[in-house]
Amino acid sequence: MTNLAHIRNFSIVAHIDHGKSTLADRLIQETGTVQDRDMKEQLLDSMDIERERGITIKANTVRIDYKADDGETYVLNLIDTPGHVDFAYEVSRSMRAVEGSLLVVDSTQGVEAQTLANVYQAIDADHEIVPVLNKIDLPASDCDRVAEQIEDVIGIDASGAIQVSSKTGQGIHETLEAIVQHLPAPKGDRDAPLKAMLVDSWYDAYLGVIVLVRIMDGVLKKGMRVKFMSNNTLHHVDRIGVFRPAMQVIDELGPGEIGFLTASIKQVRDTRVGDTITNERNGTEKPLPGFKPAQPVVFCGLFPVDSAEFEDLRDAIDKLALNDASFSFEMETSAALGFGFRCGFLGLLHLEVIRDRIEREYDIELITTAPSVIYHVYMRDGEMIELHNPADMPDLSKVDHMEEPRIKATILVPDEYLGDVLKLCQDRRGIQMDLTYAGSRAMVVYDLPLNEVVFDFYDRLKSVTKGYASFDYQMTGYRQDNLVKMQILVNDEPVDALSVMVHRDRAEMRGRAMCEKLKELIPRHMFKIPIQAAIGGKVIARETLSALRKDVTAKCYGGDATRKRKLLDKQKAGKKKMRQFGKVDIPQEAFISALKMDS
Amino acid sequence: MAEDWQNGGFGLYIHWPFCEAKCPYCDFNSHVSRSIDQSRWREAYLSEIDRVAALTSDRILDSVFFGGGTPSLMDPDTVAAIIDRVQRRWRFANDIEITLEANPGSVEAGKFAAFRQGGVNRISMGVQAMNDRDLKRLGRIHTVAEARAAFDIARGEFDRVSFDLIYARQDQSLADWRTELTEALSMAIDHLSLYQLTIEEGTAFGDRYARGKLRGLPPDDIAADMYEATQEICDKAGMPAYEVSNHAKPGAESRHNLIYWRYGDYAGIGPGAHGRLTLDGQKQATEAWLNPAKWLEERDKGQPEKLRETLSGSDQAAEMLMMGLRINEGVDLGRFSSLGGTLNADSLDFLVEQGLLVVGNNRIIPTPSGRMILNTVLQKLLED
Repeated sequence: MTNLAHIRNFSIVAHIDHGKSTLADRLIQETGTVQDRDMKEQLLDSMDIERERGITIKANTVRIDYKADDGETYVLNLIDTPGHVDFAYEVSRSMRAVEGSLLVVDSTQGVEAQTLANVYQAIDADHEIVPVLNKIDLPASDCDRVAEQIEDVIGIDASGAIQVSSKTGQGIHETLEAIVQHLPAPKGDRDAPLKAMLVDSWYDAYLGVIVLVRIMDGVLKKGMRVKFMSNNTLHHVDRIGVFRPAMQVIDELGPGEIGFLTASIKQVRDTRVGDTITNERNGTEKPLPGFKPAQPVVFCGLFPVDSAEFEDLRDAIDKLALNDASFSFEMETSAALGFGFRCGFLGLLHLEVIRDRIEREYDIELITTAPSVIYHVYMRDGEMIELHNPADMPDLSKVDHMEEPRIKATILVPDEYLGDVLKLCQDRRGIQMDLTYAGSRAMVVYDLPLNEVVFDFYDRLKSVTKGYASFDYQMTGYRQDNLVKMQILVNDEPVDALSVMVHRDRAEMRGRAMCEKLKELIPRHMFKIPIQAAIGGKVIARETLSALRKDVTAKCYGGDATRKRKLLDKQKAGKKKMRQFGKVDIPQEAFISALKMDS
Repeated sequence: MAEDWQNGGFGLYIHWPFCEAKCPYCDFNSHVSRSIDQSRWREAYLSEIDRVAALTSDRILDSVFFGGGTPSLMDPDTVAAIIDRVQRRWRFANDIEITLEANPGSVEAGKFAAFRQGGVNRISMGVQAMNDRDLKRLGRIHTVAEARAAFDIARGEFDRVSFDLIYARQDQSLADWRTELTEALSMAIDHLSLYQLTIEEGTAFGDRYARGKLRGLPPDDIAADMYEATQEICDKAGMPAYEVSNHAKPGAESRHNLIYWRYGDYAGIGPGAHGRLTLDGQKQATEAWLNPAKWLEERDKGQPEKLRETLSGSDQAAEMLMMGLRINEGVDLGRFSSLGGTLNADSLDFLVEQGLLVVGNNRIIPTPSGRMILNTVLQKLLED
């Protein structure tokens, strides 16, 4: 057990690509925690998807021993937090587990919206914050400007900001010293009952669920019986350890320390982020504040492209859910797509990560239906239904009114693109709440309906600002609006997987856009196909896909027989990627592409 | 193999892989080479004929076809030597067709008499367009005047002369094509090949198309109108289509190409040439090395086949169907099912009901509108 005065716990706050993981790698390397030959890029990001996208999904931690200039040896615990808004709650818990943060800003870029959201979380958690200006080896680096921006936009003193190049190693030693000198040591009472925060957890095939904990008070020892206070479950602790970053088993963890426990827990679901762990008997009276069970906010259907793979999909989803308590699912049947699952996610990134993992790790091709938010449907009889899927919309005559979730969106954008951003937000039914400037960059705050954002808002934002805007949001609550369910009929039959909830005023426009898109996406058939958008029984938009007139190959002689036969085989395989709906083949990508709006 | 006539016949395809210039739309195996050792090629063709003949000597040969590339660039002596060797190795059918593809330039025209003397009895000329601007755009090195002159020489030498045109070209309107086709029919003898311009990957046009630089191509609907106009105009002129892109006066159809469409046997000789040979009761698909130098090298070592595979019954059935539905006579269902071919019964009913196919006399035949969308029809018919 380490003396409290010799412990420093910290996290790193940064925008994607500002070099958080690389800086963490250098800190680990500088202190000799990992031998050079074992170094690999982004040491803490263990999943392929994390490495590829340069994002962190699970909280990772590493314990570093550091002999400081004052001659003392310190234990530094770094928690690498997820940086994305989808995981805001997880971030807030990680922040509560440490006393300080390194605020890493790319000195060639400046502060971004995501930096803001996370740094406010750090400030909320009363962190001591050490600004770090990274990538100073690049020619475009401008430390003075970025330091000024940190002071203007975030409002913290940046005069002592450390200038770092993770590439050359410059400033790494200064960063370690700043952690020791400027960040406070943790507090805690070794003699009090155990009070530990569950920071994160994940499933390991050999050890069961691994629980990442921060000890607030008391001591956690191997062999103890502990209680998880949110669900009153009892567990026998069979292993305690720390990450360096490989697992290292130790005997006990005392106040201020961060490490892991295993207790033969089978499901991640039973270990909730933010929960308080205490002794089975004579435990702490009061749990740590701020615990919140995970709440999915975005829903979509996942269907196997090849319907024979449904059981494989069930298997993959079961396995993923073992390791992700925030992801919910239930079976769904669609007339168009067959059997699949309706899944709930913390946000769009979470959705994409899960979808990518199913496709990649389990090798199942998926059809993803339009993401939907949770609508509150108030019935005439006073009942309120949470609607996750437009296909489940109750009979309109029984509905009194509906509410939809709203968000507060913060967008940082260079001046020249401001007009396009305002137009985009306006087109998506946004209400402007704030507009301020920091240098040549504008910060816009909008109140927006979540359903206008879940689909392609971020893509559109990136495209109208050439990638220069950054975006973050938080949920603000529900508001009543004039919402309707729009159905799409292909060849006179409704295709349930294409139903969407839209605002009544935007229905015609959306309906027209979807019909036009589908006309492009569905290949011509041997007959003409009407494509219609309808609300209730009323058609509000219509396009006709004319019949295929000619596709025969002009030349086909002796040398073409093999090529032509192989082409036919290829077409046959291509057809498997279509969903037959009545007599119409709809390509799988249509279910998502039909919703993309060009403006 | 007395039953060849029942099974589509037997033909010999000889590929000459060289051209004076590569046309931007062409994805055939053609190469531009400054020096061609005619005598070395002659020896290689002759030994290859000997090799293939040893496998199939009991056949009656219905056709020989010199294709390319530009076989009219061949030395007439080489052509004569090849025909002579072929005649020594196989029995000729009484009405054997010996076709040579020719570029309609003045130099080639000068060789026509020699080709005839060497045994060629049919010429197929790549006229392609009836105006000089479009010929230039298609990368052709001849003019319309040269083509007309060459055609006149050809018809003086040969009873059977066909020519090719390409339509749905850049900036071509439906009216333009109607006029051009009518003009072409006035000079045609008894056979015409009329191809819709197809943009193939890996060609100069394909690259330009992918970069959005191939402008003025008629939209699909106009191209379909052009195809329909082609049928109407040729029908009136007494040269109806007997295949998707081939028109002839009755009896003047290309015997050689009918072997392909009737899924007969054919041997392919020359770089990149394909063959379908029934040997020991098994249908073999053969493919020769594409690169001319490589082909020569492998030929010298013994045999220039890059690939030889035995086709399964269902592969044969699929090939027979996709070739056979291109021609008016369609496909014999008895022969199709004896190969192990199966048709999706629901699809067949649907296609008949939609007026795309007719079934009768144990044959399956596409209607004019079914033939236009033959790729989709085939896909549907062969669904699992």
